[in-house]
Amino acid sequence: MAVYQINQEVELKGYWKYFLNKGFWFFITFICAFILNFILPRLMPGDPVAVITQKATQGMQSQSGIQAVYEYYANVFGTNKPITTQFVLYLKNVIHGDFGISFSQYPRPVADILRSSIWWTIGLQFPAIIVGWLIGNTLGALAAYLKKGFDKVIMPVSIFVSNFPAFGMAVILLVIFGVGLKWFPTSGGYGFDLIPNFSWTFIWSVIVHYQLPFWSIVLIAIGGQAIGMRSMSIYELNADYVKYSRYLGIKDRKIIGYVFRNAMLPQVTGLALSIGTMVGGALVAEIIFSYPGLGYTMLNGVMGQDYPLISAATLIVTLMVLAAMFVIDIVYGFIDPRVKAAQFD
Amino acid sequence: MKHTLRQIFRSSNFLLGFIIFTFLLLVVTIYPILIKHPPLEIIGQGTFFQPGVYVNVYDSISAPKYILNLSNAAANRISNRLGDEERQDMKTWLIAYGVPEDQIDIVDTAKLLDLWMNSYDPNLMLPGMTYAKSQFYQRLDASLEGILETEGVSIAVANPQTGALEERQFIQQSEYVNIDQVANVRVLLLGTDNFGRDVLTELVKATKVSLQIGLVAGTVATLIGLTLGLLAGYIGGLMDDIIMFVTNLFTVIPGFVLLILISFSIGQEHRGANTIAVVIGFTSWVWTTRAVRAQVISLRNRDHVNLSKLSGHSVLHIILSDILPYIASYVVMAFILQISSGILSEAGLSILGLGPRTTLEPTLGLMMNWSLIYQAEILGKWWAYFPVIVTIALITFSMNLMNTGLDQVFNPALRE
Repeated sequence: MAVYQINQEVELKGYWKYFLNKGFWFFITFICAFILNFILPRLMPGDPVAVITQKATQGMQSQSGIQAVYEYYANVFGTNKPITTQFVLYLKNVIHGDFGISFSQYPRPVADILRSSIWWTIGLQFPAIIVGWLIGNTLGALAAYLKKGFDKVIMPVSIFVSNFPAFGMAVILLVIFGVGLKWFPTSGGYGFDLIPNFSWTFIWSVIVHYQLPFWSIVLIAIGGQAIGMRSMSIYELNADYVKYSRYLGIKDRKIIGYVFRNAMLPQVTGLALSIGTMVGGALVAEIIFSYPGLGYTMLNGVMGQDYPLISAATLIVTLMVLAAMFVIDIVYGFIDPRVKAAQFD
Repeated sequence: MKHTLRQIFRSSNFLLGFIIFTFLLLVVTIYPILIKHPPLEIIGQGTFFQPGVYVNVYDSISAPKYILNLSNAAANRISNRLGDEERQDMKTWLIAYGVPEDQIDIVDTAKLLDLWMNSYDPNLMLPGMTYAKSQFYQRLDASLEGILETEGVSIAVANPQTGALEERQFIQQSEYVNIDQVANVRVLLLGTDNFGRDVLTELVKATKVSLQIGLVAGTVATLIGLTLGLLAGYIGGLMDDIIMFVTNLFTVIPGFVLLILISFSIGQEHRGANTIAVVIGFTSWVWTTRAVRAQVISLRNRDHVNLSKLSGHSVLHIILSDILPYIASYVVMAFILQISSGILSEAGLSILGLGPRTTLEPTLGLMMNWSLIYQAEILGKWWAYFPVIVTIALITFSMNLMNTGLDQVFNPALRE
């Protein structure tokens, strides 16, 4: 009994060490991403303040008036201060959730624009990626186990689908189900004639608009995951422990359980590592459906040379991806016996 | 080497991928030799002309005429202008006007037209009909004029002095020209795009540029990845720690976000195709580094490497002759994947509006971007976007097939 308790304590301690280690690593990464995020857009040639001054002063004659407007905007956006001061200012503001004021949608604060788009992206992408992952792994495992006809169909289709560019899948779904069959609307997150509220009409509209972007992301995810799971399962099915278990006369069903558990683990890591790429593809899919999420916001930012908006949007996406990876890593720590074993060292 | 090659080409996956890819390469090289139109020349005045053969009307007037008595010519002429849809529309109007349904025969053109001419009144607003719909019927009515005529038309020129029309030629309904004898004929197999440019010529050029972007991006990524992987794996120690720190950092920061930031920072004027390619390469070396490092670590303490060390060979020599040959297959596979993902990255960036500068060269991503901006997918102009998607899919598909084939040859666990 006592030995068991000690073991449990050691195990818990091991987990804590694992979490802290992971957490610290993600924090360091986030700091680096934050710095890159601040510096890169500010290296941009051209003066964005001059651009909006030009927009704001169209038709104005007085030179000093234009100068005053320019200085006003430079002051508001803080572009006239040295870059280190800007950074300290930026850091302070970001901690308070203030990302500055948008250039292209002046005087709307960037935080406000992002707040209205981030939930659309989270609501769309994470369910889609997880559903795609689950379906893909099931199909891959089935292909490895059943072989023959099923494998011959699933494999080439998966290879083709996973190589299909995410935007291509989005466009084709849009053309077939949106324009051709008219089953689903082609753009937006809800009907353009509605105001967001908690009525059934609105919720139904959101659900209908959700379908095409959702399935375009799911389909792409399925392909890649199925291929990975298939080769992992084939590898595991040929492993020595499977043969040994067969000699021992363990039931097939039980062996399959072990095999897929083992094949699954690398797929979990695979999900963590590919989530960044998937989010990138999904952002582009959002643009095609004019879905009111971060991808579409970014497009607007690029069009309007809006660097506070771009910078904040990329920061949020990075943060989202990092958070997702952290969660997956934590889950992985619980389910992988090898990680458990390593913690006792 | 010869044996390996034979084995590779025996893999059906690799062979199929190789054939598709070679076909694309052949088209990209041969097409510009045969057809020398500048790829970005704006030829059409207007957007999205349908695919087809475009014959100059003016030239066909002066081309030699041939009389062909074809029995179905008149029927074709009528059905071209008065299709089934228009007939249904006419029926709808007539019913709304008050003609009993059993009196309307939409198959018999002469009867239908007769009924239409007798009943239709453009000034009459039928109850429940929208303004747009009544406008539509006015246009339909105007287009029906002269549809049953059997006479030809005359071509006339205005006299510069008097302004009076002088007949040049009279064209019978049964006259034909041979398309080979018309001076100006342009075949637009994929129509024109939103700017009025020949989509096929543009697509071939774009495929070439995109392949180049993929090649440059893949080369940059593979070189960086290989160098860092070799250094980290072979030298180890502090070097390994530093390189792995940076690699882990860039594994976690999404490459696409970094790509967006860098391309945005470079600015519109400086974004050439090559710059974008190099940027893509700089953001996608991480996987190669990891794979190469892992391979090198497992090779580092093999007997033949140790023997080489004992013989006093230099580090460079050991890496080149004792390590590289063993990881060459992995590097080639990684390179192939880098090319295809480079092409996809370019397309994604271009759709965001961060692709290469637009006036010099088309890329597949830019073509996609243009057709999306002009809503080709909503308007049903399939020729502007579908061939682009198919081309991208073919490129990445062929590359991945080749990769899978190589994997099956070099990775014994996957061998069937």
